[in-house]
Amino acid sequence: MAIKVRVPTPLMKLTDNKSEVTAEGETIADIINDLENQFTGIKDRICEESGAPRRFINIYLNEEDIRFLEGEKTIIKDGDEISIIPAIAGGTCN
Amino acid sequence: MMEFTDDQIERYSRHIILPEVGGSGQQKMLESKILLLGAGGLGSPAAYYLAAAGIGNLGIVDFDRVDLSNLQRQIIHSTERIGMLKTESAKKTIEALNPDVKVTLYNQKLDSSNIMELIDDYDYIIDGSDNFPTRYLVNDACVMKNKTLIHGSIYRFEGQVTVFKPGDGPCYRCLYPEPPPPGMAPNCQEGGVLGVLAGIIGNLQVVETLKLILGIGKTLVGKLLIYDALNTEFRKLNLRKDVDCPVCSENPTITELIDYEEFCGIKNSN
Repeated sequence: MAIKVRVPTPLMKLTDNKSEVTAEGETIADIINDLENQFTGIKDRICEESGAPRRFINIYLNEEDIRFLEGEKTIIKDGDEISIIPAIAGGTCN
Repeated sequence: MMEFTDDQIERYSRHIILPEVGGSGQQKMLESKILLLGAGGLGSPAAYYLAAAGIGNLGIVDFDRVDLSNLQRQIIHSTERIGMLKTESAKKTIEALNPDVKVTLYNQKLDSSNIMELIDDYDYIIDGSDNFPTRYLVNDACVMKNKTLIHGSIYRFEGQVTVFKPGDGPCYRCLYPEPPPPGMAPNCQEGGVLGVLAGIIGNLQVVETLKLILGIGKTLVGKLLIYDALNTEFRKLNLRKDVDCPVCSENPTITELIDYEEFCGIKNSN
């Protein structure tokens, strides 16, 4: 099942500058692994060694943060959409 | 009750005729105290529209000076003011726009020694800072002082806006418990921002602030608004309070302010 994944600007250099990609899998963890197969190096940017998302990056399944669902074990269904949302600090960018 | 002058009735007439604002709402705005952290990309448009709206007391914190490269987005400054303190420049623009606004300037770099006192006098705090150490400092201080924080941030073509209201929703650490380590931060060094994006996000912060002052509408408490300029999309995601939040949970592990080292590789600037 192909799921739409929204990629944030800071990670777009790993996805050939695409802000939307598709990935296959039954769970969030599957999706991240499939992203890594397609775009080498992206998993390391999103996840810690344990496989959990880094503490300054959140993953949303539709409108919900997966930390408040079942984390990376969260099961996805057809039509779902995943967003990767990193903390950004910019305000003036001097 | 403050009486409006004839000039004020005329100046604010387009507010006063809104049923959601009225004379009493305009009065609330004139009596309100807003602190702007930074007179840069977000702070410039925010200060400008807050002043136009008749916010009676505007505090501005910034230690930087106007630079030519700021003027692509920092519209409260101008070419002739290059080299001037940003606070002074902002004050000049605001006073020329609306004499009703009392502007208080703080030419300081924010850190753990001054933030608590700075925010104490103000009703709402608008975060227009540009680095993680300041954002975490501001968040923690606002939680400790029970101040509502209107958060905005921008990067290239994307912006984020939310409202952190202690006791009523999550805080920044519920979202992101720790700042990114050096080198991992998608930050200013990677560079660039569409100038007008600062205007959009800074002004969305103003919209939230005015609704809070007026007590109208639905605010972004518990919601993260994401604006994607390239794809012309606004998305709203749900933010939840983290019961294990290091700063705003019932048993916080962070009870003192932390001065994180700057890790952007660029000077730590408001």
